[in-house]
Amino acid sequence: MKKRASISGSTQGYIAIIHTWLAQHARALIFSLGQIYKNPVGSLLTMAVIGVSLSLPAGFYLLLDNAGRVTANWGGSMQITLFLNPELTDQQIESLTQTLQQHEYIDNIKLIDADEALDEYRQYSGFNEALTALDKNPLPAVILLNPARETIASGQGEQLLQYLQNMDAVETAQFDRQWANRLFAFIEIFQRVIIVLSTLLAFAVLLIIGNTIRLAIFNRRTEIEINKLFGATDAFIQRPFLYSGFIHGIGGSVMAWILLITSIKLLEEPVIKLAGLYASNFQLFSLRSGEVAVLIAIGGLLGLLGSWLAVQRNFKAIGLS
Amino acid sequence: MIRFTDVYMHYGDGAEALKRINLYVEQGAMVYVTGRSGAGKSTLLRLIALIERHSRGQIIVNGQNLERVTGRRIPLYRRNIGFTFQEHRLLNDRDVFDNVALPLVISGYRHQEIKKRVRASLDRVGLLKKEKNYPLQLSGGEQQRVGIARAVVHRPALLLADEPTGNLDPALSLEIMQLFERFNQVGVTVLIASHDLAMIKKMNKPIITLREGKLLTHIGQTISE
Ligand SMILES: Nc1ncnc2c1ncn2[C@@H]1O[C@H](COP(=O)(O)OP(=O)(O)OP(=O)(O)O)[C@@H](O)[C@H]1O
Ligand SMILES: [Mg+2]
Repeated sequence: MKKRASISGSTQGYIAIIHTWLAQHARALIFSLGQIYKNPVGSLLTMAVIGVSLSLPAGFYLLLDNAGRVTANWGGSMQITLFLNPELTDQQIESLTQTLQQHEYIDNIKLIDADEALDEYRQYSGFNEALTALDKNPLPAVILLNPARETIASGQGEQLLQYLQNMDAVETAQFDRQWANRLFAFIEIFQRVIIVLSTLLAFAVLLIIGNTIRLAIFNRRTEIEINKLFGATDAFIQRPFLYSGFIHGIGGSVMAWILLITSIKLLEEPVIKLAGLYASNFQLFSLRSGEVAVLIAIGGLLGLLGSWLAVQRNFKAIGLS
Repeated sequence: MIRFTDVYMHYGDGAEALKRINLYVEQGAMVYVTGRSGAGKSTLLRLIALIERHSRGQIIVNGQNLERVTGRRIPLYRRNIGFTFQEHRLLNDRDVFDNVALPLVISGYRHQEIKKRVRASLDRVGLLKKEKNYPLQLSGGEQQRVGIARAVVHRPALLLADEPTGNLDPALSLEIMQLFERFNQVGVTVLIASHDLAMIKKMNKPIITLREGKLLTHIGQTISE
């Protein structure tokens, strides 16, 4: 009995601690919101700058996403033609087709052996007599090959082509729609550019938030000092600034989202017109709800990190902490 | 409660603000610190509140050697102290209630409890009606009293008051001193820095006199070693 009483006693103690902790957080949150409410212009400006910074990478992401939708169907229709070495025996051709069939980058293949190739040629070229005059079939066996869709979409088509070209059994390998393949390679590069750009802009957001929080810390120096004199812990003093950074980050990403929606609305009409010219019913896609959540989470995290860095730096600079 | 042993203190590279101070203040005592301007009264209080650090010697407060009170221990140490500043140091963008509530908020009291205690504290300094006012709407004396309400709201064991009557007329000064006396009667150790010697003498309490950073006199319960 005694034991049980002491356990429930300590549980109550924990509940009290958690309650205090939650209350302190709620207070810090309300306080930060109050500060933003008191200085709406400054806060909105900061959020707007963050919004623009975040909307750029998010916009490029959308652009890629839409480009991916346009080109998604192209990958499937792209073919590689392999002209095989004419000296190959039937057995060698057989083993080659098996290797290719098992290759992960390749979807399916179709073999047209030398005789079939000749038949086809006769049918379509009209050189029937001339060819009959030859005692040996001059045409090589051909393999028509569809790369896997992901291979093309991820820009690895060129690599596959190179691999095929280097095979002993293959004389020449060529894409039937080379330009599309180049486009995919270009998109691949563009993706990297976006990653670099996003990283740079993330740093910009950190700097913006850091600067906002630095100013806030300096403006509220007296308050920080007095809080310290009455026994405030570092965590207590830092909390409102961290919340402030977090809120600015969230606000900024919401602004980025609004900017994106607006841009898409502006582009929608001309895009539909253009698609109509190509007899396509393509339309622009906006961010899906999951992506919006990611955008907002990224904004919030950057805000939190930026304010944390500012707090670490500036509390030392003004001789606190 | 407070024991200074050969304490020296200097600001930065400046001359010594306190020189070889030895003093002892009993638990539950009420002691005045007096001396001319620049004698080191504020410095003495600041050392006890850990706003400044002494450069030599040993200070023991409530059984704690202040040299060992560092880092995370400082906040907890300070929560046991009430401090009124010579220059008020109220937050001008918060109303009187919020200013007084500050030490309680820091210590994580619940809302209801904060309300109750702040009201009681404001009532004691006669400012209950002004709880919604902002510091700049108050007279100097009223601001001083808000500072006092803030210093005692969390019922500290030790109250340090730096010139608490600097801006008050003699009648109000006496009232404030009597207020401190009442805190003292419920067991709070009180240390008051003041240059108002005429009034201090009326209070009939031990007096520590400083001159140019040196301890000059100590009366009654205050024992020098
Ligand atoms: N922040 C500071 N930096 C440098 N020197 C200081 C500082 N504060 C006080 N001093 C010096 O320390 C000495 C003692 O100052 P202190 O403020 O303790 O005097 P005081 O007795 O409180 O005077 P007053 O009655 O005018 O308030 C003075 O010579 C002063 O110039
Ligand atoms: Mg002073």
